[in-house]
Amino acid sequence: MKVLVPIKRVIDYNVKARVKADNSDVDLANVKMAMNPFCEIAVEEAVRLKEKGIATEVVVVSIGTKACQEQLRTALALGADSAIQIETDLNLGSLQVAKLLQKVVEEIQPELVILGKQSIDSDNNQTGQMLAALTNMPQGTFASEVNVADGKVAVTREIDGGLQTVSLSLPAIVTTDLRLNEPRYASLPNIMKAKRKPLEVKVAADMGVDTTTKLNVLKVEEPAKRVAGVMVESVIDLVEKLKNEAKVIA
Amino acid sequence: MSILLIAEHDNSELKADTLKAADAASQIGGDIHILVAGSDCMSVAQSAQKVAGVTKVLVVDNACYEHALAENMSALVVSLAADYSHIMAPATTTGKNYMPRVAALLDVEQVSDIIAVESSDTFKRPIYAGNAIATVQSEYAKKVITVRTAAFDKADLSGNAELVNIEAAASTDLSTFVSHELTKSERPELTAANVVISGGRGMQNGDNFKLLDGIADKLGAAIGASRAAVDAGFVPNDMQVGQTGKIVAPDLYIAVGISGAIQHLAGMKDSKVIVAINKDPEAPIFQVADYGLEADLFEVLPQLEAAL
Repeated sequence: MKVLVPIKRVIDYNVKARVKADNSDVDLANVKMAMNPFCEIAVEEAVRLKEKGIATEVVVVSIGTKACQEQLRTALALGADSAIQIETDLNLGSLQVAKLLQKVVEEIQPELVILGKQSIDSDNNQTGQMLAALTNMPQGTFASEVNVADGKVAVTREIDGGLQTVSLSLPAIVTTDLRLNEPRYASLPNIMKAKRKPLEVKVAADMGVDTTTKLNVLKVEEPAKRVAGVMVESVIDLVEKLKNEAKVIA
Repeated sequence: MSILLIAEHDNSELKADTLKAADAASQIGGDIHILVAGSDCMSVAQSAQKVAGVTKVLVVDNACYEHALAENMSALVVSLAADYSHIMAPATTTGKNYMPRVAALLDVEQVSDIIAVESSDTFKRPIYAGNAIATVQSEYAKKVITVRTAAFDKADLSGNAELVNIEAAASTDLSTFVSHELTKSERPELTAANVVISGGRGMQNGDNFKLLDGIADKLGAAIGASRAAVDAGFVPNDMQVGQTGKIVAPDLYIAVGISGAIQHLAGMKDSKVIVAINKDPEAPIFQVADYGLEADLFEVLPQLEAAL
């Protein structure tokens, strides 16, 4: 079984995003970048499926400038077999990304596509679902458990109020939630080995996909700041203030 | 303009998320119709008729919608889309599941998680875990939108909409429901509660979350957790408040043993009043708290329970 894992290069999880002075976007100049955390979970899950003998091959794909090859190499070091970079310097939306991924799915015919549920930059939470729609595959989003057996994948999903398990016919799309697994760290020998694994470059503009957008970002601003309040001395003091000052408890 | 708002429900009750999304819809303006798709869901449809500003409730009662599977929900919504300029749903895990599928089938980019309506085509939404707010304009003929319900007020129940039964759309067996395991709790749901008390890594283990129970009982509060507490395995993920969990905006939010990582703040900073209890005076949570108490939580939680 071939598994495809699309990954995204984003601002590092530990870095606080700052808005540009001209309010056009977030300032990413000289900011540490990394693989989107939910994508790391997706890579880990695919590699585990391979280690269990369920997956035969793990292909990772990323869309962006040459810089995203860094994250592809990381995925290769974590255990993926080969990588595809789809070269573009456009800042694409989820729909355009899903359309490019659709082309990759048509070409390499994976039985399972595992993606992160959302990227921590645009916070859209759309790409996996959109790819499922475009390829007419069933979807198991926000997965906390994935079991492949008998041509189907059972996906336990994190939903409001608990868990839901669905059974999907393969090929299928899975998007990862936090508790699915704990990604490993790449070992030095594996990082060295990853440098020799195949990495193919495709050009987005040659893939026959309309990448124009009708969703315009008019401005990007800092959120309204909350002002720090007061420190209280004791629980009694706190309860008194909540009752009489804030009036939020009776 | 006409808006199709898809109801969030459990086949017996209409969820408050729908009322809040209805508030966002009425800010856009135009005719608002609510779609209730479910199984044995007539009581939900009757509640939806009362939502202020709604002129029509479309109800489809069919077993294939019982669990709101994305494949069937999206096929249904797309079959109705021709009549509408806006298709909206609350950004719950259900809405987040099927709405992007609807958008892709309509060849439209979705606007996720709106927190404000600027005009019928322009909306504000948080990005980068709420560290920035983007104003986006959709030039698509159809706008597909999910609503961050914590940012809107509940619509009144003063309406009297017409009820229309509609046919189910084609369904698929590519995806089937197996089971669910819902957290049983006498407490209010996190996103609907007026008071939320959350524990973080400072709670040290899952057992210690019991220290929050008595306080939650007295305040009628829901109990939440930070991502750190979930990652450490103290509590299940459906308790997580934050960018990657639930977004809450209660009247009172009490953060216990939570340092205040950006990703947690993104999930609760719109609460009316924030209380932070932490023994580290440098914890960033104090910078957003209205009332801070620098103390050992194991000492003050029993005191707080007794004082309420």
